[in-house]
Amino acid sequence: MTATEWRDLGLALVVLVVAAGLPFFGTPYYLTLGVTIAMYAVLATSWALFSGPTHYISLATAAFFGLGTYVTAVGIDHLPYWLLLPIAGVIGAVVAGLVGLATLRLSGVYFVIFTLGLAEFIRQVITWAQNLMGTRGLYVLTDLGEREIYWQLLGLAALVFLGGWLIGRSRLGFALRIIGDDEEVARHSGIDTARAKVMLFMVPGAVASITGAIIAPRYVYIEPALAFAPILSFTVVIMALLGGTGRLWGPLVGVIPFTFLTEWVARWFPNQSTLVMGLAFLVIVFLLPKGFVGLIDGARARARGAFA
Amino acid sequence: MTTAATVLSLRGATRRFGGLTAVDEIDFDVAEHEVMGLIGPNGSGKSTTLNLISGALAPSGGDIVLRGQSIGGLPAQAIARLGVARTFQLVRLLPSMTVLENVKAGAVFGHRRRWGWDADAHAMRMLERVGMARAARSRVGQLTYIDTKRVELARVLASDPRVLLLDEWLAGLNPTELQEGIALIRSLRDEGRTIILVEHVMDAIRSLCDRCVVMASGRKIAEGTPDAVLSDREVIRAYLGDDDA
Amino acid sequence: MDIVITGLVLGGTYALIAMGLNLQYGVARIMNLANGEILVAGAFAAFWFWTAAQLSPLLTIFLVAPVAYVVNWLIYVIILRPLVRRAKSRGQLEVDAILTTFGLGFVAVGLMLAVMGGDYFSYSYLSVPVMLFGEPYGLNRIVAFLAAVVICGALYLWLNRSRAGLAIRAIATAPASARLVGIDVPRLSARAFALGGAVTAVGGALISTFLTLDASTGVIFTLKALVIVIMGGVGDVRGTIVAALLLGLLETFVAVLIDPGLTLAAAYLLFVLILLFRPQGLFGRRTT
Repeated sequence: MTATEWRDLGLALVVLVVAAGLPFFGTPYYLTLGVTIAMYAVLATSWALFSGPTHYISLATAAFFGLGTYVTAVGIDHLPYWLLLPIAGVIGAVVAGLVGLATLRLSGVYFVIFTLGLAEFIRQVITWAQNLMGTRGLYVLTDLGEREIYWQLLGLAALVFLGGWLIGRSRLGFALRIIGDDEEVARHSGIDTARAKVMLFMVPGAVASITGAIIAPRYVYIEPALAFAPILSFTVVIMALLGGTGRLWGPLVGVIPFTFLTEWVARWFPNQSTLVMGLAFLVIVFLLPKGFVGLIDGARARARGAFA
Repeated sequence: MTTAATVLSLRGATRRFGGLTAVDEIDFDVAEHEVMGLIGPNGSGKSTTLNLISGALAPSGGDIVLRGQSIGGLPAQAIARLGVARTFQLVRLLPSMTVLENVKAGAVFGHRRRWGWDADAHAMRMLERVGMARAARSRVGQLTYIDTKRVELARVLASDPRVLLLDEWLAGLNPTELQEGIALIRSLRDEGRTIILVEHVMDAIRSLCDRCVVMASGRKIAEGTPDAVLSDREVIRAYLGDDDA
Repeated sequence: MDIVITGLVLGGTYALIAMGLNLQYGVARIMNLANGEILVAGAFAAFWFWTAAQLSPLLTIFLVAPVAYVVNWLIYVIILRPLVRRAKSRGQLEVDAILTTFGLGFVAVGLMLAVMGGDYFSYSYLSVPVMLFGEPYGLNRIVAFLAAVVICGALYLWLNRSRAGLAIRAIATAPASARLVGIDVPRLSARAFALGGAVTAVGGALISTFLTLDASTGVIFTLKALVIVIMGGVGDVRGTIVAALLLGLLETFVAVLIDPGLTLAAAYLLFVLILLFRPQGLFGRRTT
């Protein structure tokens, strides 16, 4: 490892320790905000691991997340809680793998539609199955509080960052950068592009599913419309792109300001949140095509040029 | 040359696009250490033939055999791993990467797979081989035209291919660059590489190729040494039309 | 029998919406994910004119069509054309178009929520039964279907018989070659996009006579229209109509025989099957 890598690792550890201390010195409101930020940090970072290099826009986050909440909701009475998280991860990865096999050979538009429809599809099927069983939702009663949920999400975030860093250093990571630049060259260099993309898509699938499983106790009562809310998928896309997918820490730079923005809008203009989401998409395309990361890198390059 | 082992054979290789037959039952063999020119007028099916060999397109009929193994219709990545590497008619580099990383792409995923320090060192050797070691850390956007061609060639060489496909690698170079380019390919030939080159530059064909296959309208119309095929009546007619023959 | 007729009638109106999307995607090469919002806006206009002035939706469409045409033309020229110009590759344009049209869709939903709130809107227009083959059907559905047939037919004739239609089909087939034979591709792309939007908005006005909508239902119609376009084949009018009728039938069968809550799931399943087995569309030839 190089000196900068040691420095980055140390910095990440400090941030993690400080963040972990939030429940001890923050107010309950800040803790709630912390849960939201940690959740979106996990979702957006894992989303960008796949969508950054491949340029595929995945709207399947809500589908995986919802599956995870249902793993907890169904399993909590039968299995120990700690076992539910890996189960959720495996289910998310398997579903993502199947989706990837079906769509990733095709053009990006098909992928968007497929993933957008997936959450709706699962939601309708679960609603129907629950109607047959004469129920509308499931109770999740645990003694896990806001604080425990927060620490679990923080731990998952650390794992996602570690995983992303390792993938970046691996052959898979290198293959994905080549695919992102030119898929034709990738294939002719001997890269099995379909396999690489499917394998990588399983990462956000598993992570979003585990996130859903962790969040489930917070909802107490799980119903399909809540668990599979499509707005989650869109929020994750906006946050990740707003931050920038070019760097591992990029999405985090988008998550924090956008969480505060949505909080502020929800408080003062509760009916305009959809409008704000729409404007955020347009801002990304027209003003911040590389996200905040692009701005930061550009400023750095200019500074270097000025001193050189 | 005739005693050397055959590396690549096309047997009745055919490619149709709808009603158009772009490559029509082509047969030829390429021997080990041989440099073979694939020539013919524009639209005669040379590039399509190359695409069939590299796996960019699947043949509609016939077969392609690499060292006794049928590769016709395999995906491009499988063919690349078996040892067929190509350059592209319009140079394709990886814009977000440095020159060294571009070359490393060939070293990491190609026919001979390397990783880590080994891959870096190998990629560096290939850059030296094409005379681009000085630019290893540069971004590809800063390169001149011929240098982009050199880097692409280094990437292809980095996979240690058994057969090298060069698709109009010399096209678009100015006279000075052309001399450098021909010298570079000649040095590959002297190393004993097996090369198929699609080319329009006649000087290069005469000085580099052991043998040529001439295509017109998707068919093979002649095969032999460059001097022999270039004086063939049918070849001249294909290039210049009936009136001049 | 009544399932078949209800399905075909529903499919007829779907055909109109999908035709709009297909014009936009096939010719202007923009996958407009805000298509459903245009539909809802058309529906809202019909609702508003009916409740405010008792104006028949069949008359409203003559107002909706030109307004939607102009609005979509402006959207294309002001917002989308710069993306087409700056795109270095088809893939980049695709990503930009997806994000931009999603953004526009959200903005449209936000504006409609601000104007009319989150309530469902429905009105009673021609909701009297008519007898067909001994079964009663809502007159509004039949009228909407007939209007859709007339408009689809007119579009089909226009595309296949007129000079402008020929030029548009040329762009859909081979944009680069179309430019070479002197077709003004940028101008016609904008017009095709605008026309597609107008067709979709009219479809929305017709659908509002028998379906209950709210500001945020647009995305469901976008999904359905996309499924139809992909199933029918991009740029293929005949395929679009057949696919729309199939989807209408399938939805009606599922709603009647299994559960009305599963219609979108059924459409999605159909989409997955098409994607797996005929990604080039029902009648399309596989291209390279």
